[in-house]
Amino acid sequence: MDIARHWRLRRQRYALVGEQCGHCREYIFPPRDICPHCGEEAGPVHAMCGRGEVYSFTVVHEPPTGYETQAPYAVALVKLAEGPLVTAQLTDVDAADIKIGMPVEMVTRRLRTDGAEGVIQYGYKFRPHLAVS
Amino acid sequence: MTNFTGNEKPISPAAPVMRPARGVGIAGYGAYVPRYRLPGKEISRVWTEGNTPPTVAEKSVPGLDEDVITMAVEAARNALDRAGTDPSGIGAVWVGSESHPYAVKPSSSVVAEAIGASPNLLAADWEFACKAGSEAMQAAVGMVGSGMIRYALAIGMDTAQGRPGDALEYTAGAGGGAFLIGPAEDALAVIEASYSYATDTPDFWRRDHAQYPSHAQRFTGEPAYFKHVTRAARTLLAGTGASPADFRYAVFHQPNPKFPQRAAELLGFTREQIQAGLLAPQIGNTYAGSALIGLTAVLDQAAPGDRILVVSFGSGAGSDAFQLTVTEKLLERRPRAPRTADYISRRKEIDYGVYARYRGKLKM
Repeated sequence: MDIARHWRLRRQRYALVGEQCGHCREYIFPPRDICPHCGEEAGPVHAMCGRGEVYSFTVVHEPPTGYETQAPYAVALVKLAEGPLVTAQLTDVDAADIKIGMPVEMVTRRLRTDGAEGVIQYGYKFRPHLAVS
Repeated sequence: MTNFTGNEKPISPAAPVMRPARGVGIAGYGAYVPRYRLPGKEISRVWTEGNTPPTVAEKSVPGLDEDVITMAVEAARNALDRAGTDPSGIGAVWVGSESHPYAVKPSSSVVAEAIGASPNLLAADWEFACKAGSEAMQAAVGMVGSGMIRYALAIGMDTAQGRPGDALEYTAGAGGGAFLIGPAEDALAVIEASYSYATDTPDFWRRDHAQYPSHAQRFTGEPAYFKHVTRAARTLLAGTGASPADFRYAVFHQPNPKFPQRAAELLGFTREQIQAGLLAPQIGNTYAGSALIGLTAVLDQAAPGDRILVVSFGSGAGSDAFQLTVTEKLLERRPRAPRTADYISRRKEIDYGVYARYRGKLKM
């Protein structure tokens, strides 16, 4: 597992830290050098609010290496409130209850571990909005 | 338990109650409880053919992608949302737990990074069985109260361990609370005084590399829990001059529903005073999270002027006691994050098989 890469990306993975383009004001996630909307230099950094909705999803029954213990799990395209579309696991939800358009919120969870003795990678997932009284 | 009163030795009039040099309080608080619940009757069914009456109705169980770090991050975010504080101004992030995911590598530095508090801060993990989180609170009061830092985040969080079939398996739950400690003028509850009491008492332990804790059966009661909780509470009250009737709420560490009720009785507190913070029947014993999440539930319904007593207990053994008074700021800040009851009512019941999978009890 690439420790250095995950370490470099920790702010975006732990807390959805992206960018808001200083030129066209569009939001960008993940952060990049050039704004995909206007072609100017991207930035500065902007932490996404974490809210969004399920744009599309699928349920993984045959997981890739490193995710075997979690299957079955749902992977979704989540449309963030700020606009960007991100790919992430859904958590704290039964597959039968997932609907396109369902409001979700970001949580920081364990993504995978490098065996019993390796590092634990944490990052964003999305869950249904917590019902509050 | 029958003869114990917790009052065998008189409290010295010069009791060493602690007060910070400048006023300190809770600027924000947050709770977390995972989604899954294992009914006590499931454990009884698997291990005793249903013949053991469960200690609690159900306990909370973390999901496959949860651990103390992820749970602490969510509770911390709730505390920060309530406080409305810029996380880069936090001078310490401390996580108390018995179930840190790493033996070596701090939970606190991950939490600090995830909430945007890094890098100008102290970060460390605390260990003192079930009082690791309240110990972090005491230290936070000291650091903030001395003026060395303006805010400190103290978290008590656990994914509690219990050996399969053991009495502890019925109660070992998951959850906890986070408290942003700050200056009294920015507090939703002012910490008026505190006290800590610790002795070498081997009532419960987990050796290095051991997966499950061991305990000294009935020894966990009188010489451990009741002695430390009642001494800590009595000494604090003697030092502040308060009596049980002066408090609207009291929270005692809750390894089960009975112990805190008995401690309240010994100290002269009523069932009504401990009801709001008594969560063990619904989520079990969240170890280092237990007393702290009880306090979050109390703050979810307290009113300005209400006085609160919190007494934790950690095996090995010790208790931290705090006397707090709620301020007007609580009313404005409370709705900014989910209440503890919101997490408790979010529940999916699982059976023992799913629990065994989620808790890593199956070796593949």
